[in-house]
Amino acid sequence: MRKNLSFRDFDWVLLGFTMAIAALGVLQIYSASLNTKFADATTGTPVHIKQMYWLAAGILVMFAISRIDYHLLLENAHWAYVGSIVSLLAVAAIGIKILGAKRWIRVPGLGLFQPSEWVKLVLIIVLARYISSLNQKDVTWPDIFKAGLIAGIPFLLVVKQPDLGTSLTYLPPLVVGLFLGGIRFKQIAVILLAVAMVVPVAWKVALKPYQKDRLVNFTHPENDPKGSGYQIQQSLIAVGNGGLFGRGVAGGTQTQGMFLPVTHTDFIFAAFAEEHGFVGATAVLLLYFIVLMRLIQNAQTAPDRAGTMITMGVVAVLVFHILVNIGMVVGMMPVTGIPLPLMSYGGSSVMFTFLALGIVMNIHMRRFVN
Amino acid sequence: MALANQVVMQQIGREEKVPTSKLLVVQYAILAIFLLLAFGLWRLQVMRSEQYESLAEKNRIRTIPILAPRGKILDREGRIIVDNYPSFSALLLREQPHEVEPKISKIADGLNVSADEIRNLLRRYAGRPKYEPVVIKQDITPDELAFIEANKSEIPELETIMVHRRLYPKDGFAAHLIGYVGEVSEDDLNRPQFELYKQGDIVGKSGLEQQYNDLLIGKDGERRALVDSKGKEVGRLSKTPAEPGKQLKLTIDLDIQIAAEEALEGHNGAMIAMDPRNGDILALVSRPTFDPNHFAVRISRDEWNKLVTDPAKPLLNKAIQAQLAPGSVFKIIMSVAGWQEGIAQTLNVHCNGGATFYGRRFGCWVKGGHGAVDLTKAIYQSCDVFFYTLAERLGISRIAKYATALGLGQKTGVDLPQEASGIMPSEEWKIRNFKQKWFAGETISVGIGQGAVTTTPMQLMRAIAAISMDGQMVMPHVVNPTDMPKGYTGVSRPEVKNVAIDAGGWNVITDAMGRVLLPEGTAPSAHVPGVDIAGKTGSAQVVSLALRAKHEKNDDFAQNGWFVGFTPRRNPEIIVAVLFEGGEHGKLAARLATQVIKAYADKQRRIGVKTAGVTKDGKAIEVAGLWNQRDEHADKDATPDAIQGGRFKVALSAKRSTVKPPAILGTVVHPFPAGQD
Repeated sequence: MRKNLSFRDFDWVLLGFTMAIAALGVLQIYSASLNTKFADATTGTPVHIKQMYWLAAGILVMFAISRIDYHLLLENAHWAYVGSIVSLLAVAAIGIKILGAKRWIRVPGLGLFQPSEWVKLVLIIVLARYISSLNQKDVTWPDIFKAGLIAGIPFLLVVKQPDLGTSLTYLPPLVVGLFLGGIRFKQIAVILLAVAMVVPVAWKVALKPYQKDRLVNFTHPENDPKGSGYQIQQSLIAVGNGGLFGRGVAGGTQTQGMFLPVTHTDFIFAAFAEEHGFVGATAVLLLYFIVLMRLIQNAQTAPDRAGTMITMGVVAVLVFHILVNIGMVVGMMPVTGIPLPLMSYGGSSVMFTFLALGIVMNIHMRRFVN
Repeated sequence: MALANQVVMQQIGREEKVPTSKLLVVQYAILAIFLLLAFGLWRLQVMRSEQYESLAEKNRIRTIPILAPRGKILDREGRIIVDNYPSFSALLLREQPHEVEPKISKIADGLNVSADEIRNLLRRYAGRPKYEPVVIKQDITPDELAFIEANKSEIPELETIMVHRRLYPKDGFAAHLIGYVGEVSEDDLNRPQFELYKQGDIVGKSGLEQQYNDLLIGKDGERRALVDSKGKEVGRLSKTPAEPGKQLKLTIDLDIQIAAEEALEGHNGAMIAMDPRNGDILALVSRPTFDPNHFAVRISRDEWNKLVTDPAKPLLNKAIQAQLAPGSVFKIIMSVAGWQEGIAQTLNVHCNGGATFYGRRFGCWVKGGHGAVDLTKAIYQSCDVFFYTLAERLGISRIAKYATALGLGQKTGVDLPQEASGIMPSEEWKIRNFKQKWFAGETISVGIGQGAVTTTPMQLMRAIAAISMDGQMVMPHVVNPTDMPKGYTGVSRPEVKNVAIDAGGWNVITDAMGRVLLPEGTAPSAHVPGVDIAGKTGSAQVVSLALRAKHEKNDDFAQNGWFVGFTPRRNPEIIVAVLFEGGEHGKLAARLATQVIKAYADKQRRIGVKTAGVTKDGKAIEVAGLWNQRDEHADKDATPDAIQGGRFKVALSAKRSTVKPPAILGTVVHPFPAGQD
């Protein structure tokens, strides 16, 4: 059964494009943090250097995980799922509160750990396993309900933290999974109707005032230029200021003058768009598009339904991140605080992306198996 | 175990593959999303690029105003009356309100304001953008400035800003003349003439500050600097320096002004001194006064209410705004009318203390009567019966004709805001305002400056000045148009009108006025030895005689005293008008006026300028260049520092009765050559 896998079968094209995006990310992190404490070598390693360490670690992890048969992950997915729920409950119980949100737990010797990130990956695998195991053309209502429950439990736990942005990233694998699993239009219509009824209630009951502000202000940021609409307004100015060809590396006044908030993480694309203009920004969009198309191609050639499902789950999460992050930067989406994969600075984001890519690589390498 | 795995995997591996069509749908969905995002970028970076570019510029370029100081105000000899001084205001930045709150009590302590006051201020500004700082105290003391500097790290929200503030003379010296400045009001900002002003600009609110605001205000400059999001300056761009306001040189002579201030101190009323030859106002005082320095910083509500509700009306410039019956001073105008109409020359009446006209008895102020009275005696004795008779002969139309020609019932056009026009009644005036016919009996009261006729001190002085100048009537002014900066067109040139006055009449009338201060006149106590003063006293009732009898003890109903006098009698150089509210008799007003005239004469003698002479036929010799000579002299010797900015070394006290020689010029003091005239 187990066949020796060769790195010749590795998806070097995919890796090449992802590394190109990551390299632009490092460049932009460097430029965006030039005038901030994050770039000061005397107070610690500059962030762009740190990002390179994370990328190196991510690549190593990717290679390592690509050696593991993804079926092994599928088999043990239920344990991982239980572990996920336990870790999220642990956050609720003994979590550490930073800036009003309880998202972290302290791991002795390792520092802070944010379980909601790896839950994302676990959820992709668990949903892939569940939906592919149905092995039928259409999904039934109980199937939908069960799949909803699988995603819903961690979703609600993360909403409670509160971390609306991350919790929303749990939904795309579910949506794509159900679509590929064979949901029917009638079922979609009923679900949309139910959502339409639940959302107004949730708005009133569950959302915190700052979350509502963020959701409302993105459409009219100028109403509150110094309050919660500030970030959006500054982001729009940065992007618009970039023009067609951009202001050049380290030449964006919005970026360099620190008018743009959290430049090297959530708003990195705004900084990039300011300094590289419409031409540069659409070039990056194109790179992302190529990566996603390549992933879908991999999903197509996957040896089995589960492989396809996993790969498409990764695609769904990545698309969601790109849509919400860049959408936010150009004022089409509210501020949710989710990073742009491969570009935003941050260890957990990098690790998630390369873990996911590692699994996809394994699926790719096994395309000729069976 | 291995077998179980195999079973699971075979199960998974056996199923159908996901249909390619569904993956295609996902691909198209992703393409749509990316096109949407690309459109978002296109919209911002291509379609609205310019708009955002300018917003980005606005973000990083801060324009810091450089405030222009207002122009100084100088007297005719270049001595500074109004100056500026640098002053600091304390600002509170409130971008992080919750960080400010716990520090409020400490700030309040350090700045000597109450914590509630600060909180109220913050509440009032709550609706304004957060980056706009609040001025919590203006014109802070050095101690308070030190407090802010010392606590920079602890209370970074506290900032200071330097502004130029007006430094006015102390104790309300010339306050009505100068006026005061204040923040431009919201109402003003809506008017077209204020379209170039913005909120917070300091503009003149009254007096000369208002009249010549355009000239005094200057133009703020600005400095453009690059800033980061914290407001820290990271670079400098351009700088447009401020253009200070233009200096305003007045016709006021500080020495005369000081004499007038001292003379009127402790009384209510107004006093004006003018050069009748050209209309230069030499002094202008109104009492009671107010201290405009309190207006330069924000005035407290209590203080303001006190000023507004004070029955003595300290904010009113009585020299141009009080409209009162001129009383007997009007008799000079009557005399001119009577002479020109050929009646007064030959009019002789017998005064036995009163006379009856139209069935009603009109009393003379001398109950026992003046006996036989001609024009000359009627003027220096101020005989009412003579002028009743003259009024009856002339009729209201002819009286109004001459009075109007001499500027009564009209604004004089003096370059001060809110001048009142007074009333010169006539038949048309009565019909227009009361829809009633004029009763002949009303003319009799008008004959002695009572009844419906009211004048401002400025008007009355101008009319008498015209008579003193044999009909040459000037427009009074505080700023000589020739002293205006080039290109300034905000003021019209003074117009000179000629009122025909027969030379003989002029001789008789002014000679009679010269006897008013002699022992046979109405104000002998105001006589100044060696100075030839011609004038006319007056007293006018504020209310009807019947009402006055009822309230004999009440000061509010005391009569107003008037005096208008000039010197020299033949070639007048200075005319002084005094309104002494509640002064009962014109002779008291005359004494105040002669103090000022004496100060003028003393000054002329000290600096050794020949006084004007008279030709044989009684015509005045034009003394050109009189003031010009003195200007040159003064510019060299004047020591502005000594009097700069309100530190006048004049003690204004109510009890002072003599005028000390002003110590301002004080380098060469010539002894007074007594009796030279």
